[in-house]
Amino acid sequence: MKIQRRVLATAMVAAGLLGHGLAMADGTIKIGLLATFEGPFTVLGEDGLRGAMVAIGEFNGKAGGKTIEIVRGSSDASPDSALKAARKLVEQDKVTVLVGPLSGDEGLAIKDYAKTQPKVTFINGTSAAADTTLRNPAPNFFRYSTDGAQWMAGLGTYAYQVKKYKTAAVVAEDYSFPYTQVFGFMAEFCKAGGKVPSKAWVPIGTKDYASVIAAIPDNVDAIYVALGGADAVNFLSQYQRAGGKAPLIGGSITVDQTVLTAKGKLRDVLIGTPSAGPIADTNDTPAWNSFVAAYKKQAGAFPSPSLFAHGYYVDMKATILGLNAVNGDTSDGGAKLRGALSKLSFDTPTGKVSLDSNRNAIADIYLTEVVAGADGNLVNKLIKVVPQVNQTLGIPVKDFLALGVVGRDNPSCK
Amino acid sequence: MSSLQTTPAPLVSATQWRGLLWLLALLVLAWLVFAIWPEWLNMFLISKKTFISVVLNGLTLGGLYFLVASGFTLIFGLMHNVNLAHGSLYLLGAYVGYEFANASGYWLLGVAGAFVFVGLVGVVFQVLVFRRMEGDDLRQTLISIGISIVAADLMLAVWSGGTYQIMVPDWLDGAITLPIVTALRSNGAAVYLSYPFYRVVVLASAVVIGIGLWLLLNRTRVGMMIRAGVDDREMLSASGTNVHRVFAIVFGLGAGLAGFAGVVGGSALSVAPGEDVRYLLTSLVVVIVGGMGSISGAALGALVIGLAEQAGLVYFPTYGIVLTFVIMVVTLAVRPQGLMGKSL
Amino acid sequence: MNDAQLTRASVAPGWVERLGVAHVLLGLVLLVYPAAASDFFLTQIGGYTLILGTLALSLMLLAGYGGMVSLAQITVAGVAGYSVAIFGDNATHVMGFGWPWWIAVPYAVLLAAIASALIGWISARTDGVYTIMITLAIAMAMFYFTQQNYALFNGHSGYSGLQMPQFWGVVWRDPLPFYYVCLGVAVTSYAAVLYARDSSFGLSLQAIRDNPRRMRAIGYDVTLHKVFAWFLAGVIAGLAGVLLVWFNGRISPGTIGVNAAIDVLIVAVLGGMRHPIGAFIGALVVVLLKTFAIDLVGADRFNTLIGLVFLAIVFASPDGLLGLWIRFRSKLDKRSIRPPS
Repeated sequence: MKIQRRVLATAMVAAGLLGHGLAMADGTIKIGLLATFEGPFTVLGEDGLRGAMVAIGEFNGKAGGKTIEIVRGSSDASPDSALKAARKLVEQDKVTVLVGPLSGDEGLAIKDYAKTQPKVTFINGTSAAADTTLRNPAPNFFRYSTDGAQWMAGLGTYAYQVKKYKTAAVVAEDYSFPYTQVFGFMAEFCKAGGKVPSKAWVPIGTKDYASVIAAIPDNVDAIYVALGGADAVNFLSQYQRAGGKAPLIGGSITVDQTVLTAKGKLRDVLIGTPSAGPIADTNDTPAWNSFVAAYKKQAGAFPSPSLFAHGYYVDMKATILGLNAVNGDTSDGGAKLRGALSKLSFDTPTGKVSLDSNRNAIADIYLTEVVAGADGNLVNKLIKVVPQVNQTLGIPVKDFLALGVVGRDNPSCK
Repeated sequence: MSSLQTTPAPLVSATQWRGLLWLLALLVLAWLVFAIWPEWLNMFLISKKTFISVVLNGLTLGGLYFLVASGFTLIFGLMHNVNLAHGSLYLLGAYVGYEFANASGYWLLGVAGAFVFVGLVGVVFQVLVFRRMEGDDLRQTLISIGISIVAADLMLAVWSGGTYQIMVPDWLDGAITLPIVTALRSNGAAVYLSYPFYRVVVLASAVVIGIGLWLLLNRTRVGMMIRAGVDDREMLSASGTNVHRVFAIVFGLGAGLAGFAGVVGGSALSVAPGEDVRYLLTSLVVVIVGGMGSISGAALGALVIGLAEQAGLVYFPTYGIVLTFVIMVVTLAVRPQGLMGKSL
Repeated sequence: MNDAQLTRASVAPGWVERLGVAHVLLGLVLLVYPAAASDFFLTQIGGYTLILGTLALSLMLLAGYGGMVSLAQITVAGVAGYSVAIFGDNATHVMGFGWPWWIAVPYAVLLAAIASALIGWISARTDGVYTIMITLAIAMAMFYFTQQNYALFNGHSGYSGLQMPQFWGVVWRDPLPFYYVCLGVAVTSYAAVLYARDSSFGLSLQAIRDNPRRMRAIGYDVTLHKVFAWFLAGVIAGLAGVLLVWFNGRISPGTIGVNAAIDVLIVAVLGGMRHPIGAFIGALVVVLLKTFAIDLVGADRFNTLIGLVFLAIVFASPDGLLGLWIRFRSKLDKRSIRPPS
């Protein structure tokens, strides 16, 4: 396969120089897969790829009667790198559908690019910034995975009413995705009566949280942490080492498998942390179990799929279902395909997924708590399912938009 | 009238003024640390616990930065080689140390293994690569950039993108209670500051390494040769010393220090791709501020940058991160040789 | 014709000779290139190479003729780019004063040139590696500032919807017009650098590069010359920056980060800093490499390939590809069987 690709690449260079578009070999359909294979989120991108491959395997590698050819594009979570990779996939490799990207700000850039490429269909990976579909959506960008605010549905109310936390401090990374997550949490928490006296926005890539931890007020009932990957691991182990007493509330990627599998004493502060997101590790439905089984067959898989594997799975499955619905016919520039995609509604391992008028997903959200599993691994135990959450969290659209663009100071409830 | 009449001596000389100011600063600092704070101070400095933590964290972080930067400044001081692959050496040391510690179960073995392994890699670089380009600073810098790109990708291939944690052994872990009162409980009892022991260990090791380097440079034969080479390379080789051997030793030592710092830092702050660029930039800033080629400069620079970073993170959260580089720009513009460097 | 006229006719250079045969041939190739290239190759390879080459040209002016290696050229380009976003139109609903392009663009280039002169003034007292480091620090400070500040720079997300203007009935962002605009800017900058090189300013600049102390002793204001060189380089980098944001349609801190800064240096060094054409040669090599490495070695190790190619070229030749070419040509000359004249 690799040798074929190299020959193909050389031929493409020659063909490009001669100005002829490369004709697609009959019987194959090119799907671009854009994820973070470089930089701090590499391990997340690799899991996303696993999820996409599970979806492809489910359909035996075929979509619309043609064989699927995946062309990979690599980014490093910055919008510029995502744009560059998308350009190459769309303009040089001439993919029919582009699945991706992974990170929030990348999604905003890809949405803008999609507007300039009306004949190509763009389906999200796991990018979860709200504005990718909430404001100025692109007519050819579809998101079957839910956004960061949707992921927090139910958590704020649970923290206030069940866990009895009256005040919470916030520690989160300083960019669009954590803004969205904090927004989703605080919308419910503040409405229920909670107060957030201090918010600490740390620049991306901060490693030494000792001083941030020391600056958190002593008298808060809990700390809401929206950090990801290596940053989350660092914060949690330093929090444990500093003898932090306040319990934690986790953002969706803070208690993801990529963090739960980290070794060390940080497990002590993780146990009992409530969170919410698109998946729960201890889901007993047969659909989820067969998804996990198929996922575990992939090389390098975690004990349980991360939400990145899940997101790419759902979006790739939607791609294939859409292509099946039009029998792989994209000769009209994909208009029929996009029509089929906007009406698509299907069952996933986590329940039914359908689209709203902005082509954003309406899906179930899972409220979870971290517990130690039977084999000692930490897992997110399912507490409650919040059914069919939409992008405006049940609030009327006009009121939701009136709440304003997410940012450092919005929302605020001291 | 005698033409030799001198102006009357001032009451307090300039040196005495400086001494008085330092004493005053020390007294204020001591009061801040040991006294119970009045309420109004909390408005500016959040809380006593925050302030003390920032100072201590800055000190200990500075210790880590000194460990990383000492190798960098040593290599530059002698060979005028701006080794932009220094961060990659740090990361390599962290990964290698993780493997050694994991395989053997002993943290110290990881530390020693990383030091030796990365030191050898450094010697190889110097002998095979940098020796051929002696004198051409720009070319050496560019080669080191190329090496760092390739090294980063190869390390990503071997260890993938996940975060590794080097386990701190139990006898270094845990928290100690410092005799500093951070608050008074409602019943009048004092709350003492509890501080992670490992960070103190990092600071202590930085001090030990610093003293060791000073002894090496000032009390050994090799150190004498190094100091002579920093002053005048041609004279050194004219005097019969095998300059290339000295260079190889110094590069190896500098690289080994980076590897050592990688394990020590990786135990406190975890290991992941991207750390190489981060610690390279930090070493650059520390060494510029402190003075290239000076160990005591690296110590002072590390202290300043460590404190600035931690204070910036807490007290100027939005723009604190710019502060470090602004300090570097100001230093280069006003006093290019750094705080302790020799005048250019 | 009498003897004088004959001599004049044979000695006076024609326009082909004045420009140089190589230049004429290259110009023809570049003009005709669109006939043979697909849209992707026209914009993503051709246009992007010209933009990157222009940016590297500004570095070459400073480093090759001025002896000041700067890692802040992308920062200067970023100043122009952000200015276009702030003073022109953007789709992010932050700032965006809506000035027409023929006011916003010259203003952006002017701001970039002033910023560049400021950087030059700050780094006037440094030389060699110290200049590299102070410019790197300035670049990093600017990167973090744009990342953290939302009021002016919209932070990590940056500005999007930066559209190239349409006028005279032409959509200038279409592949063919865009290529020619980039070509025009590149050729103008190239010609300007060549002209400056041979002008009295250029000669004094090169003399300052070789021995600043002597020049100071003769009475030249070294700092002023240096700052002016930075200003000129800033104009070129600013133009490249404007084209870059029109090319991408967006700008964000990632555009001016440490990787981008080092890329410009890699391009200039790879091509060779002896002659301005080196900037464009280096740009072509880097763009081709970065675009197609992922196809040659797969999505996993393409960065290693790029690094190894860079190492190989710097190892083999300190003057980059141009240096290799010059050495190769002189070797050919040595092997020629022409009798020694």
